[in-house]
This record gives sequence, C-alpha cells and structure tokens, in this order.
Amino acid sequence: ACFVPGGLDCSISFVSHVLGKVCVHGRQKEILSVLVPRLTDLTKSDCIWQRICWRLVECVPDRWMEAVVPPFVQSAPGADTLSRLLGNLVVTPPKAQFVVTQKVLLLQYCHTTAVLQNLLGYLALDSLRRALLIKVLQELLETWGSSSAVKHSPPEQQQYISKAILICLSHLKEPEIESCRQELLTSMMEGVKCHLDSNLPQIRRLGMIVAESISSKINTDGPVLKFQYEEDDEARELKSLLVQTPPFCVVPGRLDDDRNEKAEAALPLVLESTKKSHTAAPVMPEEESDAELDSDDDLIPYDMSEDKELKTKAPVYIRDCIEVLTGSEDVDKWEATVKALESLVRKNPAATREVSVELAKILLHLEEKTCVEGFVELRQRAQVAVLTTDPIPVAKYLTSQFYSLNYSLRQRMDILDVLVLAAQELSYPKSHGKTKHSGAQKPCTQLLPGSDSSKDWRRIVDERIKSKTRRFATGQSQVEMASGPNEFNSVAGHFFFPLIQHFDRPLTTFDLLGEDHLVLGRLVHTLASLMYLAVNTVAVTAMGKALLEFVWALRFHTDSYVRQGLLSCISSVLLSVPSERLLEDMTEELLETQSWLGDVVEKDPDGDCRRLALQNLLLMENLKKKLKTVPS
Amino acid sequence: MALPPPDPQFVLRGTSAAVHTLHFSCGGQEPDVPILFSGSENGFIHVWNLKTHRVDTALDGHGRKSVYCVETMGGKTRLLSQGRDQRICLWDLAEGRTSVTDSVFTENVGFCRCSLLKVAQGRWLMAMAAKALEEVQVLELPSKMSVCTLKPEVGAKLGMPMCLKLWQLNCGSQPLLLAGYEDGSVVLWNLSMGKALSQLVCHQEPVMSLDFDSEKTKGISGSSEKVLSIWSLNEQQNLQVYKTHKLVNAGISDITIRPDKKILATAGWDHRIRIFGWKKLKPLAVLDYHTATVHCVSFSDHRNPSERLLAAGSKDHRISIWSMYTQT
Repeated sequence: ACFVPGGLDCSISFVSHVLGKVCVHGRQKEILSVLVPRLTDLTKSDCIWQRICWRLVECVPDRWMEAVVPPFVQSAPGADTLSRLLGNLVVTPPKAQFVVTQKVLLLQYCHTTAVLQNLLGYLALDSLRRALLIKVLQELLETWGSSSAVKHSPPEQQQYISKAILICLSHLKEPEIESCRQELLTSMMEGVKCHLDSNLPQIRRLGMIVAESISSKINTDGPVLKFQYEEDDEARELKSLLVQTPPFCVVPGRLDDDRNEKAEAALPLVLESTKKSHTAAPVMPEEESDAELDSDDDLIPYDMSEDKELKTKAPVYIRDCIEVLTGSEDVDKWEATVKALESLVRKNPAATREVSVELAKILLHLEEKTCVEGFVELRQRAQVAVLTTDPIPVAKYLTSQFYSLNYSLRQRMDILDVLVLAAQELSYPKSHGKTKHSGAQKPCTQLLPGSDSSKDWRRIVDERIKSKTRRFATGQSQVEMASGPNEFNSVAGHFFFPLIQHFDRPLTTFDLLGEDHLVLGRLVHTLASLMYLAVNTVAVTAMGKALLEFVWALRFHTDSYVRQGLLSCISSVLLSVPSERLLEDMTEELLETQSWLGDVVEKDPDGDCRRLALQNLLLMENLKKKLKTVPS
Repeated sequence: MALPPPDPQFVLRGTSAAVHTLHFSCGGQEPDVPILFSGSENGFIHVWNLKTHRVDTALDGHGRKSVYCVETMGGKTRLLSQGRDQRICLWDLAEGRTSVTDSVFTENVGFCRCSLLKVAQGRWLMAMAAKALEEVQVLELPSKMSVCTLKPEVGAKLGMPMCLKLWQLNCGSQPLLLAGYEDGSVVLWNLSMGKALSQLVCHQEPVMSLDFDSEKTKGISGSSEKVLSIWSLNEQQNLQVYKTHKLVNAGISDITIRPDKKILATAGWDHRIRIFGWKKLKPLAVLDYHTATVHCVSFSDHRNPSERLLAAGSKDHRISIWSMYTQT
C-alpha cells in the first residue's frame, strides 16, 4: 500500500522549513549528521522514503536552499547516495539548480575534492541530470579559460575549478565528448594560453594538467598534448581525478560493510607479500658459475662499470679558456673547460681581472654545445665568479646589457640572477663566503623561481623581526663571528642604480611595463634582494629612497608576482636602511607607502600580497616603537 | 650484480710530496710492528707504523732529491734507497738508528729502479742502470764489487733501461736478469756470461714496469700505451708473447704480482689501481681512489694471509692501503 502524498505533504514541508531554518542559522552539521545517515539507511531500498526525502529537500524555501543543499552534498558519503537523497532535485527547481551548478562550483571554493566528486558524480548518475553535467562543464571551462579570471582569482579557487573540470571529464562518455569536442578544443586553447602567461608556477602547472587531460579525452587516437612540469603529490592527485573508480564502497548493509572491509584489508596484504618476495630475491648466484669457467677460482670480480676513459684535461690558463670557448671545435675540450672555469677564475683573480669583461660577455652568450650535466648551473657559477672577482666593470657591463636590444628573456633573467648571487657572496664575511657557495646554489638555479623567493623573504623577514625585538633582552651573542671589510660596500651602487634607471623606457624587443611583465617581476625581486644585501653599506640610504620611488610608480601593477616583489622591496628597505635615516630622510615616502600598504592588506586579491603587506606594516610599527623607547 | 669496489682500508697522509716508491716489512713476529717504507719526491723516506698509521721516522738521505726506490735487505733494519741524487744508500735502522752506512754513486740520472736479489746469507746482487746510456751494471752487496756489466749489441738501439728484475729459478741456480727498455723490448740476460739470452718486443712504447713469476716463468709488462703484455719463458730460455690485455686508459707506472702469485696490481696514469687474477689475467677490480697518477703499488709480506695488504702511492701525496682477496 502506498501512502497518499497528500497527507504527508504538509508535514514534510513543515520539516523542510525546520531544516532550512536550522541550516541557515549555522547548525547544518549537527542536524545533518543525524539526519543524513538515517535517511541514507531508510532510502536504501525503500523508494517511498526516497520520495519523502526528495520532497523534503524540494520544499525547503528558496531563501534557505543555499544553506541546506551544499551541506547535504558534503555529508553524503557518495555520489550514488546523494542521488538517492536528492533525486532529480536539481533539474526542476531553479534555485536548487542554481545552488548546485553555479554557487557550489563557481562562486564558492571552500569545499573539498570529495564534495566535488559527490556533486559531479551525482549529476552524472542520471540521464536527466547529465545534460546539466555538460552545461556545468561548459561553464567551468569558460571560467577556466577567461584570462581575467586567471589573473584575478585566488590560486585556491583556480585549483578548485580545475579539479571540478577534471572530475567532469572523468564522467563524460564518448558520445557526449563527441558532441562537444569542438567547444572543448576551443576552450582548452584559450585557457592554456592565459594559464601559461601567468607568473605563478602553480597556475601554469594547473593549466598544463587540465589542458593535457582535455586533450587526452578529445584525442583518443593520435597525438595528445604533453607538457613538462614537476610531478609532485599535488599533480598526481589532480591527475588521479581523471579516472573514476567504480563505487565499490559502502552500499548495502552492515554485514556487507564488514565483508568489504575484510576484502580491502586482504588486498594490501596480498600486495605486501608479493613485494616481500621480490626484495628477498638476492644476490650472487654468480659465484658458482664463475668458479666452473675460470681457474681463477674464488676470485670474485667487483663491479667495474665505472672504469671509463679519462676525460680530456681542461686548460689551466684563463686566456686558454677564452680561446676554447670562443673558437674551439674540440667538444671534449669545450666541455672540460666549462666544468673547470669557475675554479680557475677563483684561483687566478689577477688573470681574470685582465679579461673580466670579455669573459663575462662570452659567458652571457654561451650556448650549450654538448649535453653537459648541469650546464646552466656551471655557466651561472662561472659568471658569479667573474663578477665577484672584478665587480665594477663587470657589473657595469651586465647592467648595460640588461637594457640592450636583442637579448632573450632568459639572458636578461640570467643577468639578474648572477647579480644577486654575486651580491650575496660579496656581502657576506669571508669565512662564510665558502659555506655560502653551497647555499647559494639553491635558490637561483631554476630559471624561473617564481613565487619561491617570496617564501624565502617571509622567512628572512620573520627572522629579522625576531632578531630586532630580542636585541634589548640579550647581550652579545655567544660566538664572535669572523669579521672583514664588506666587499659589497664599494660596489652596491654599481649593481643597483643602473638596473633601476631605465625600466620605463621601452625598446623594440623589450618592454618591461608591457608584455615582459615576467622580467619586470624578476627585476623587482632582484632589486629587493640587492637592497637587503646592501645593509651596512654607504649607499644604502640613497638606494632606499630610489627604491621607494620605484615602488610607488609601480604599485598598481596588475600582476600579483610583481606586487609581491614590490612588497619585498619595501621589506628590504625597512630592514636595511638604518632607522634614523628612514625617519629623517624618507618620512614622506614612508607615510605614503604606509597608506598604500593598508589598502593592500584589505583589498588585494592575492593572499601572499596581503600577508607581505601586513608584515611590512608590522615592521613599520616596530620601527616607530623602537625609536620611541630609545632616547634620542 | 657485482659489488661496488671496496674503499681503502685506510689512507696514509703526511708525506707532503708525491709518493714514488713503497715497500712493506711485515713479516716479523709480535711484538714487531708492521712497517711500510715510502719514498717521496721531496727526498724523504717515511717509515710508517701500520698499527698507528703514523710516521715513526723520516729519513733524509738524498739531499732533498726524489727517492724512487726503497727495498729492505733481510728485515726492516736494513734499508736500501735510491734517489735522483745519483746515489743508492744503505741504511742501518736497528735500535732506532737512522744512519747511512754505505752508498753507491751510480752516476745515472735516469729513473730506472734497481733490483735486488738475495743469493746467499748476507749477500745480495743488485742490478742498476749504469752511467752509459744503455748499460746495466750488477753489483754484489754489501761488498759493492761489480759482478758484470750488461751491454746490448752495437746497433741494438734499445734505449735506456727502464725497469729491471733479477731472479733465479731456485736457490742456487744461476741468477738471471730481465730488463725492459725504452724501445719497448724486454731482454733476458745471463749474468755469468754477460750475454742476452732472448729479446722480445712487447710494446710500441717504453716498458715502464715489469714483474716476473719465476715458478711459472711467466711475466707481465706495462708501458705508456694502453696494452699490458704477458710473456713467458720456454725451455730454451726464449721469451714469447703469451697474451696481451687492452686497458681503458693509457699509461702504467708500476706492476707487481702478489707473493702468493694469485693476483697482481697495476698502478695507472689514469689515477686507478687495477687488480687482475694472475692465472688468466681476469680483471677483478678497478680502484678509483686517487686524484692523480698512481706511481707505485706494492703487496705486503704478512705471514698471515688474512692480514695481507696492498699499498698504492700517488702523485696526490697519499698512500692508500687496501685489503683485497685475502681469503684465498
């Protein structure tokens, strides 16, 4: 016998109202944690209860729909459960559809991947709802492919949308893909372009992964798009979303749950035992066989695979190196020279000084002739060695080349990297110079460190804040560090000012304020580093003033990487310029900067920018406090 | 999967100069300390205590000119050293003394290491490159009397003698000399008659070093090229090439066969020490520790086989000590 819906309608709508009200008041978790499991159980086999459930949610007033449906999606254990609970809710009532398709997917991004899986799986399960799935995918792709969205929306949201796209793709069947193949292709092309244009490596990678996935779906035969990027856990997680695992989980009753658990437990055991048998397979059956063949018995040879021909010797004189690098056809010699150059330069400073600019020129233009391992690093270290051996002329040359015609972006960024590394080396006391070598390798060997430097800065700023506030409590630190003259002092200006001079003068092939915002971002970060390293130099105040003006001119730049760099610049200025000079010579600039920082903290869309701005404000506060407590 | 080559058991540092020659003296009973003698380019002979791995004594007897050969004469109290000051010195090291008891002025400015052979109690024969270009002189020690002078035939064009090895088939039989020359030949000399018994062209380049197994009458020579040459002596006392072995890199400074005739070691210009089985010249290991040419290799004379060591001296001032294949 079936219940007449009539009588139950009224009571259900009352319950819906109660449910809605409770959820709107923020108690979704409590009520749904009781309600959803109960409903899950009840609706497992009883379709009347299913209908009741559907009506329940359907009758929730529109204004509370947003508070009810997402938590439902969240707390349902699986897409098919959600399907039972919600039915075809999303197809008819416009509000529910809006909540599910627009709100959850495009406007919010706080939900977990599981929620996305539930939601999209739910859409995929019924033929009526599949049309919605395709529509949803199209909208997601539109957002994904919009360049303004890529530029202005937070990375977390972009990741969320990417995940949603991947899950949608995983649910689509062949005929569906066929029907919207052209659209997919167009969106993919547009989207890939704006993603690759971004300065943040995370965004670029998201773009690459999604594009690859789309391409693999639409080109099932034939060549697919393949990018090169770092395969870490995040990438793997994203790619795993493309494959839908059949729901072998929770469905029937308690008994089956136990059985499933046992099956799951049995599976890993089986895998482990096979693994063990593999590793146990050992060693040296060679012993026996060899003894028979040879009468040199019980003399077991060692591994001699490393016994290779000795490489050609590298030249011993700097001028010979120049000859080899510019003319020589002998590739072995060229390779050996590249490997030996840095140490030769450091061992022969006098000889290097005679030809420093020439050597710098050669290194800047040096292209990889053979496949030398670590070529980029070797070239960079040689350049740094040359620059630190003869700073003023080489810095002059490099900074002038930075703004010259016909260099590639990579070369310009090389110049920036080399300047920072050399400045780092010069500004550290000699005893540390040796250890800093190995440390200096880390940050700048990648061609595009991207937002890495901002993370470094956060750490450094934190440390410096700590060290400054502790100064009143403790006295001299335990160990007297070796001291020596600051070699960066005499050359800091030569590194810094030429770089900052011409940034607004566009050349035919190089426009910092226009297309080449990547280089601008790197330039800004470089200036921040140089400023930081210029602490205790004579030129630091002039540098600080110039840098604050530079920051002011660029403060509204649309690229978040550039803005992060500008904020790092301010940190460096605040940390490096002595506080007396800051307050006497730069009061106006500081006040203007402070008001800008306040704006950034509140309104900037990028999380990193906001954090940096907040730290800068803290630094400024500390500065004021410090000067108040110290009697002048 | 073959094991990677072992690391040196320990490394002796402190010579502050390239090491040109090594000689072990470990045959003594307890409480005798095992000793390693090393000769360096700065003219010093270091006496290394192999228990403490430190220098016990430094002998300065060649006027700071490179020492390129050291040998013991019956125990570690009597030492023979040869240097580029054109002298061969005999040392008395008993009871802590460090004095040169006698010396021979060779008038030879080459690098050919002399060869010692004990022929009777208290009597040795020593072969060394003589003043004249192609000649080898054999002296009796300690009397320093000349036994013979070995001159190649006129027009033989052998060049300088590069390496020498005195041997006798067994105690009491007549001593013979194997000499490797600058033109790549190895010549077998009869000392009593002063004549060459056989000559074999083993290499295209100068013979840098050779060693000989008198039991099997088989020898091996290395050169500045990439080839090791193994040759044997037949019943008619004729040298014949047995086989050759091609190396990866050119240049061998020293070859030595272990006293038990199981393995041999070569010192390479490519900084590597190579170990081969002696029976079939089976390559056993390539030891890549040194960072410059290895000048010399030497096996120890430990009575206990499990304690046997291999030492290698290099231009990088280090002496590496290895324990290899000691179970056989």
